[in-house]
Amino acid sequence: MAATLQDRNRRAALMALVAALGMLALGYASVPLYRMFCQVTGWGGTTMRVDPAVVAERAHPVAGNVLSIRFDANTSPALPWSFHPEQNRDRVTVGARDMQVFIAENKGTVPVTGTATFNVTPSQAGKYFTKIQCFCFTEQRLEPGQRVRMPVLYYVDPAILEDPDARDIQEITLSYTFFPVDRAGTGG
Amino acid sequence: MTDVAANPNAYGASAFQADHAHEHHHDADHKPGFFARWFLSTNHKDIGTLYLIFAIIAGIIGGAVSGLMRMELHEPGIQYLNLWATYVDGPGATPDQAHHLWNVLITAHGLIMVFFMVMPAMIGGFGNWFVPIMIGAPDMAFPRMNNVSFWLIVPAFLLLLGSAFFSGGTGNGAGTGWTVYAPLSTSGSAGPAVDMAILSLHLAGASSILGAINFITTIFNMRAPGMTLHKMPLFVWSVLVTAFLLLLALPVLAAAITMLLTDRNFGTAFFDAQGGGDPVLYQHLFWFFGHPEVYIMILPGFGIVSQIVATFSRKPVFGYLGMAYAMVAIGVVGFVVWAHHMFTTGMSVNTKMYFTAATMIIAVPTGVKIFSWIATMWGGSLSFRTPMMWAIGFIFMFTVGGVTGVVLANGGIDDVVHDTYYVVAHFHYVLSLGAVFSLFAGFYYWFPKMSGKMYSELLGQLHFWVFFIGVNVLFFPMHFLGLQGMPRRYPDYPDAYATWNDIASNGYIIMALGMVIFFVNVAWSLAAGKKAGDNPWGEGATTLEWELSSPPPYHQFETLPKID
Repeated sequence: MAATLQDRNRRAALMALVAALGMLALGYASVPLYRMFCQVTGWGGTTMRVDPAVVAERAHPVAGNVLSIRFDANTSPALPWSFHPEQNRDRVTVGARDMQVFIAENKGTVPVTGTATFNVTPSQAGKYFTKIQCFCFTEQRLEPGQRVRMPVLYYVDPAILEDPDARDIQEITLSYTFFPVDRAGTGG
Repeated sequence: MTDVAANPNAYGASAFQADHAHEHHHDADHKPGFFARWFLSTNHKDIGTLYLIFAIIAGIIGGAVSGLMRMELHEPGIQYLNLWATYVDGPGATPDQAHHLWNVLITAHGLIMVFFMVMPAMIGGFGNWFVPIMIGAPDMAFPRMNNVSFWLIVPAFLLLLGSAFFSGGTGNGAGTGWTVYAPLSTSGSAGPAVDMAILSLHLAGASSILGAINFITTIFNMRAPGMTLHKMPLFVWSVLVTAFLLLLALPVLAAAITMLLTDRNFGTAFFDAQGGGDPVLYQHLFWFFGHPEVYIMILPGFGIVSQIVATFSRKPVFGYLGMAYAMVAIGVVGFVVWAHHMFTTGMSVNTKMYFTAATMIIAVPTGVKIFSWIATMWGGSLSFRTPMMWAIGFIFMFTVGGVTGVVLANGGIDDVVHDTYYVVAHFHYVLSLGAVFSLFAGFYYWFPKMSGKMYSELLGQLHFWVFFIGVNVLFFPMHFLGLQGMPRRYPDYPDAYATWNDIASNGYIIMALGMVIFFVNVAWSLAAGKKAGDNPWGEGATTLEWELSSPPPYHQFETLPKID
């Protein structure tokens, strides 16, 4: 009797331990799951990306629906670059392709590689703000004093006009922040 | 279900008590020496006592920290903070370091009260003491693991206290808030203090997970013959649900804070936008733990109050099954409402709608409990002894906190009062006036059983009334401050908020006076209290602990009681 109780206790404890370890694993699994979730749903202002080959069939200008797009450019304090859009705002027709040029210049004395993170506000616009081509898809390397013009090609998906949460949006802000790829002190 | 609570003789009490007298020559009451007994303890009652002593010490420290905060907030402007900063950061402390010290104080108060006061007292203290006895078990399923649980929480607490002496970035100590949000806790807090605080949470979490495994195994496997799940006292049910919440929620916290640790020290970027991470993910992980955590703190309190209300109404609790499954429902729904802590992180309207609705649903099982307690008292033969006063105080105050909780559940309203004193008032009503009232209720209820001495009824009543008035004067004005827009977590405020802050700080002094009465009562009772009989509460107290002597024998139930 005592032995069987001990066995049953061990089995119960083992099951509980497995449940705890499962939740620990789930905690880690949430990192890729969360990223996928944001990419699919545009949650938190995550913008969409589309293959240039299929743009022609997706992007149809909807006459009379014009949005104001604002551009915001930031750099990490650890990156000695100047970075700004050529124009601060643009007016585009929903569904029409548009291009904005950002200008970056390395003000430092050594070559630096940077990469840009991005999102849009209001966040409901994330799943309709579609980039065809962007400097933020790749890393950018600038020699000291080098100045580059970097294009972003995008359109706002006409489906935004059918979304009750997003159709009243008049203005979308597209924001970039450039970070150095070699993070100071981490070597990573 | 046969109503065991209605019929104390259902336990066959006389039979096993006779057995006990009989068993005495087997040294049922033989105790090991002092060191072996208290430092190597595997006895659930001794470990419970250790947990209670630990929680009281932690509570004194955490309460003193809040006293410092109320002192600084007594008047607008910075009065004491710069002086205190010179004690922590040296004579040249800057105003920034003084403000950092404020962050350290709020962090310490939150972490100490949650992880080192309420949880050890509820689960480690009363849970260890009374769960095995109430189900008729001789001890916990894994007595040595029980010892490990306790001795993990002590170094955890020392790590947290020690972090105050190491750099946390701007000044000494971990100043991240109890939520340890990134990026403040990652790139914003250089130095070892935050690492120590995180490690402290790891240890406390490991301790609680081991404890949870122990309770689940004990409750499922060690019940006396005839003690079916549906005959278990509600306190045991509450600890069972709590143990499951701990088991499923704490590993998620462990994952999140481990990611913080590697983000801080090993160059990962889970929560760092620079490396493709997202700080909002940390908030999701934290609150996936954090919301069940608030039920972890209150559910055992529900259990304690259920026992006490039934005892002092001399009636079995109204709607036993509804009460038990209401706790299960609260536990289950508690896992799918976490984002109501994050309404201001830019969620879509639909997401807010879901989390608002899901949160409000919790008010239903909670309402079932409140109404069942009232129905238990209805028509009962009430006696307003000290434990009953605290239990009724709990029901009253917890309902106030629950109502403001329903207000805050609305995503639209939360946009306005998020991070204001309204939120502070809300969670202190459910914790400082809810959980803490249930702790005092349980303490007075079981003190005669644990110590064998009666407490002073006069001092107990006095403690209740002074404390009750004190905490209400302290926390009720915070509702007004919050609605007027006073943000939480700042040491200073505009003159417009001076009146209510003054009143709140005076409330703290009244509350502290109540605590003095409590400690006098404990000291007096232990030294000179009247001897308590096996059952000082009369026929209403029907659970198994009242069938044993006071204090119970060192090893109880060598012959298992039979419940029919």
